[in-house]
Amino acid sequence: MTETLSLARCRAAELPDAGCAPRTRFIRRDDIVSWGRVDRRPQLWARPAFRDELDALVADPVSREKLGVGLRRSYGDSCLNFGGALIDATGLDRLIAFDPETGRLRAEAGASISEALQVIVPRGWFLPTTPGTRFVTLGGAVANDVHGKNHHRAGSFGSSVAALGLLSSGGRRLMLTQETEPDLFRATIGGLGLTGFIEWVEFRLAPIPSAVLDVETAPFESLEEFWALAAESVDSHEHTVAWIDCTTNQGRGAFTRANWAAVGELAPHKDRSSRVVPFDFPGFVLNRLSVGAFNEFYYRLQKMKGTRQRQSYEAYFYPLDSVRSWNRLYGARGMRQYQCVIPWGEERVALPALLGEIARAGEASFLAVLKTFGDKPSPGLLSFPRPGTTLALDFPNRGEATLALMSRLDAIVREAKGALYPAKDGRMPAEMFQLSFPQWETVARLKDPAMNSDFWRRVSR
Amino acid sequence: MSAAPKRIAILGAASAIAVAAARLWAVQGARFALVGRNGDRLQAVAADLRARGAASAEPVVADCASADAVATLASIADSLGGLDIVLLVYGALGEQSELERDPKAASDLLQTNFVSAAGWCLAAANRFERQRSGALIVIGSVAGDRGRQSNYVYGASKAGLGVLVQGLAHRLSRSGARAVLIKPGFVNTPMTAHIARKGLLWAQPAAIGQAILRAAVKGGPVAYAPFYWRGIMTIVRWVPASFFHKTKL
Repeated sequence: MTETLSLARCRAAELPDAGCAPRTRFIRRDDIVSWGRVDRRPQLWARPAFRDELDALVADPVSREKLGVGLRRSYGDSCLNFGGALIDATGLDRLIAFDPETGRLRAEAGASISEALQVIVPRGWFLPTTPGTRFVTLGGAVANDVHGKNHHRAGSFGSSVAALGLLSSGGRRLMLTQETEPDLFRATIGGLGLTGFIEWVEFRLAPIPSAVLDVETAPFESLEEFWALAAESVDSHEHTVAWIDCTTNQGRGAFTRANWAAVGELAPHKDRSSRVVPFDFPGFVLNRLSVGAFNEFYYRLQKMKGTRQRQSYEAYFYPLDSVRSWNRLYGARGMRQYQCVIPWGEERVALPALLGEIARAGEASFLAVLKTFGDKPSPGLLSFPRPGTTLALDFPNRGEATLALMSRLDAIVREAKGALYPAKDGRMPAEMFQLSFPQWETVARLKDPAMNSDFWRRVSR
Repeated sequence: MSAAPKRIAILGAASAIAVAAARLWAVQGARFALVGRNGDRLQAVAADLRARGAASAEPVVADCASADAVATLASIADSLGGLDIVLLVYGALGEQSELERDPKAASDLLQTNFVSAAGWCLAAANRFERQRSGALIVIGSVAGDRGRQSNYVYGASKAGLGVLVQGLAHRLSRSGARAVLIKPGFVNTPMTAHIARKGLLWAQPAAIGQAILRAAVKGGPVAYAPFYWRGIMTIVRWVPASFFHKTKL
């Protein structure tokens, strides 16, 4: 795809503004980015308000290849489509049916987890599993088969999906379930929006006795201690996660484990956040010294905190959501995430090697997260979680230096037969993706020819 | 929080601003009659409101621009067992250059935004005055505060509606019922989706929804939404024409 061709198309998309008869319903926007904010190329974009508009948008001549996207919390290019056009699903945010007796919810794909919680929490239900931000759409949760702190119990989001509504090009509307369309169902869960436009999602909620959690925090001094804590908590605690200090290679950190409190109010979160990062921080703010100091401070804070406390679900699951657009802390050049999973049997070699490489590079990761995955399989063919240990890191984008470090990390992950999380990725080599997601060819076969993403063009070569 | 669920009729119920307000009322267990042209869309909105806690939500398929306001409100009041709130949201933005080329299209826009809306407002006000309670809430626009070359036809329709609602508020003031004009500024809705760059002044429909709920119970006859538009429009109104005419606003 050449740059000139795309720009010519973009100009065509601007015509409605000039007062001519609209030839396309897409407009060109240069402020559409993914959460990492590295790729700033313009995107052709449209946001339908009703499902009946989708057929025309999918067939729109502005580009042959569309991609349904949600709140764009994916960090890299899996929610971007410079080579095509984006259909923003966030206007399709209606609940379709909610049964407070059985805990079944069917909603349009653009409804956010945040909105769903407002409705389900007061009736004693929660999501079966939740990622670390509530600003994720249900369609995005399916398309990325997201996981949470309770993966060892609940599996990934796809494990709780009962049915999906899929619109494919040519106007075919399908209801996908394990039984009726098993192949397309499995290809769509974790399928990065490539099998068609996900119109709605029906899934099973989890009952909660209260909206607060009893949280225990335990500092650890080494990876061995982390694995011991994780192993002993699997049966006793529904939610586990650890923060790890990557500025030193000792593997020190803080382990938290939590259960829903047996009694307490069923109060939904306050949907207001006054704290916003209003502008890009200058690039030098996050440097080796400041990140080191932050990690030191955070480590001491965790040690000081009592080992037990009661937290609201939003404080426990979504601490970063309290500051809107925190990604701007990383400055105008943006940031990159690196999340890998290392299968059991390889962790004692691979994780120390990863931490050593990161500490040596001095490319300090601000917040690094460590968690063990359980063995509950997901129906999704491109699902990321697999039994083992996952490590998530973010790095300010310093161009080649950051990419070079990530390539060195790749080598360790490949050696360990691990995998990288597509939702976090904007740079993994095609070969690495294809090796670690052996079912990718099945998905490629079931992919809708009218759907594509920058990520897929890159990794399916 | 009142004990009896509110009975609410929404005119133009599939619009983003209407939905934002209705969702807040739904949480309180309100009962809805949703008036609009597209039955499938209204069904989708109704299901959403029921899932969020509405005691009931039923579509009423009608073209607000031509429907019989008195009869429609009467039948809605019958089916809901009364009426507490009428929210008028429908309206067309139009394309200014086309409205200038084709005065007939401009007349049609005025017919929809002002003439037909005035009929609904009077019908609702008569009902509320009789029952000595109820709130008529009408969506106007900051565009009605000063005629500007870029959208004066739309602005005129909303200005006319504003004076009408102002008069109704005066008339109803002794009855216990109320009439309020909401003047939103820039709102991120499908009506404005074609505008690519949205600056700091753009509000989400949810913010307008909150202003509507507030206006249903308290405050003066004109509510700007968000509130800071009152200040902005005061300045815009006072700019002398000799200077204003040099701008392209």
